[in-house]
Amino acid sequence: MTASALTRPRPRPRGASRKAKTWSARVAWFVLVWVAAIAFFLPVLWMILTAFKPETAAYSYPPKWTFSPTLSEFRSVFSRGIAPFLENSLFATLVSTLLVLVLALPAAYALSIKPVGKWRDSLFFFISTKMLPIVAAIVPIYIVARDVHLLDNVYALVLLYAAMNLPIAVWMLRSFMLEVPGEVLEAARIDGANLFRELTRVIAPIIMPGIAASALICIIFAWNEFFFAVNLTSTVAATMPVFLVGFITSEGLFWAQLSAAATVASVPIIIIGWIAQKQLVRGLSMGALK
Amino acid sequence: MTVIEQVTRRAQARRVTPRAPSTRQRWTRRLPLLPALIYMIVITQIPFIVTLWYSLQNWNLTSNARAKFTGLSNYGSVFTNANYRSSLLVSVEMTAVAVIVSMVLAVALALLLNQKVLGRGVARTLLITPFLIMPVASALLWKTTMLDPTYGLVNWLLSPFGVHHVAWLSTHPLGSIIIVLIWRWTPFMTLIVLAGLQGQPLDVLEAARVDGAGAFVIFRRMIFPHLRPYIELGTLLGSIYIVNTFDEVYSMTQGGPGTSTTNMPYYLYEQAFQAYNIGGAAALGVVTVIIVMIIATFALRLIASVFRFEEAVG
Repeated sequence: MTASALTRPRPRPRGASRKAKTWSARVAWFVLVWVAAIAFFLPVLWMILTAFKPETAAYSYPPKWTFSPTLSEFRSVFSRGIAPFLENSLFATLVSTLLVLVLALPAAYALSIKPVGKWRDSLFFFISTKMLPIVAAIVPIYIVARDVHLLDNVYALVLLYAAMNLPIAVWMLRSFMLEVPGEVLEAARIDGANLFRELTRVIAPIIMPGIAASALICIIFAWNEFFFAVNLTSTVAATMPVFLVGFITSEGLFWAQLSAAATVASVPIIIIGWIAQKQLVRGLSMGALK
Repeated sequence: MTVIEQVTRRAQARRVTPRAPSTRQRWTRRLPLLPALIYMIVITQIPFIVTLWYSLQNWNLTSNARAKFTGLSNYGSVFTNANYRSSLLVSVEMTAVAVIVSMVLAVALALLLNQKVLGRGVARTLLITPFLIMPVASALLWKTTMLDPTYGLVNWLLSPFGVHHVAWLSTHPLGSIIIVLIWRWTPFMTLIVLAGLQGQPLDVLEAARVDGAGAFVIFRRMIFPHLRPYIELGTLLGSIYIVNTFDEVYSMTQGGPGTSTTNMPYYLYEQAFQAYNIGGAAALGVVTVIIVMIIATFALRLIASVFRFEEAVG
């Protein structure tokens, strides 16, 4: 950095004029921040508004911002048979997340608290799998799933979603475990706790917020996953995104219903994401950023 | 690890500490890692090796003919077939435009969100929502309620500017998908850039300001150099994710009109699940992996450098 650029004398605004300037700058920043936030949020807001409209009000020009809200579209979404899709999504998401935690907790331990030799290589192996394009693996996955009768089976999704989220969870949990004070672990070891006890009784309670955040991020990604779901399931094991694309053939007629279904599919995850937003960066950058 | 290596390592270890961990001790250390490691190798690495094997065969699921070994001919068609090449170009255009625009917006938004402004937390929360919403849901809604020529919200918002009833998806199909991608990925990049901004001590910037440095100079000379690794990380991770775009293409255009929005993942999907051309799809998959691995190498290197920094500090 050149010093001259920073030390060049410049007339500074003083007193009242300076105050007025900072005040107007603050208003400008405020307006800009909120315009940007609302612009990005608008499609989501519009989805929620349209979900509460009667179908006829969804098709109007100019678009209707005021209307008498109705739950009828939500009712028709449920009578259209959304329930099994919701159940499959819930099952695949929760069971895969559980599997991730069971595998990731000991792995993160072996990469942080009692590191194995070459732990760096293992750690980088985990994220490198996250960077491989899933599409490239779909052909053999499909053929193997077909041959072992896991096509249209929700357990196929469980196994794949666990593999999809495991690297993120290992990285996140590891970064939390690094923050566990060494004395606590020493004390546990002197007490003769074995690995299982050390993990469940000593470490897990301390890093509970980290476990919760990792689980929430796994839930978000598993719930929203579409590519495996559309290629490996058809009727029995199909999840929410597959239910939604079922509207593609008929969407010309049912905007309000589509919005209601999309709201049901998205709002729980949006709320989870809002709760976990502080940890989101950590998860998305594979633990590189805090 | 070779035997010799093991022996020398053990010898070296002995020199440093009198009691080197025995083989058994080392395996008990490794034990907690093994389930996760084996799981990942089985589920993610083996399919890629199998893909490589399939890519050398002429195998179509619709015919009864057995798979036939054909060497590299599937790769030949990846580069000579016009549809393959066009999908490659669509992928490049989609990724490059979406990543660059998202990153520029992300830097601007992160600078905005770093200001002390009333309701900043709420604004940030609203801003990250596009990244949380189910991509299929948002893509379908963009296609209908947002971009529809007659009733769409976008045309209504643009009508004061002289835009009337534009059929976005048929006149600008790729552009429409890119807009949706920018909308979805800008929040992600904003979060990464914001994490970088918040790591910069404010008093240094304040000192520069007191010394009379203008906002532009402060940004160019102080903020931007500090942000650079974060911008690079966001760009690389964003590229890796956006190259794999499938949900938006499937939900909004199904690759059309014609092949104008068929990117590599969607073309591969068509080859595998509509044409049942297993060999061709596998070859395309391998090419995709190579392209992504080139980007990923840079990303991994960058993560490693950020990571070493983190180790040094903490």
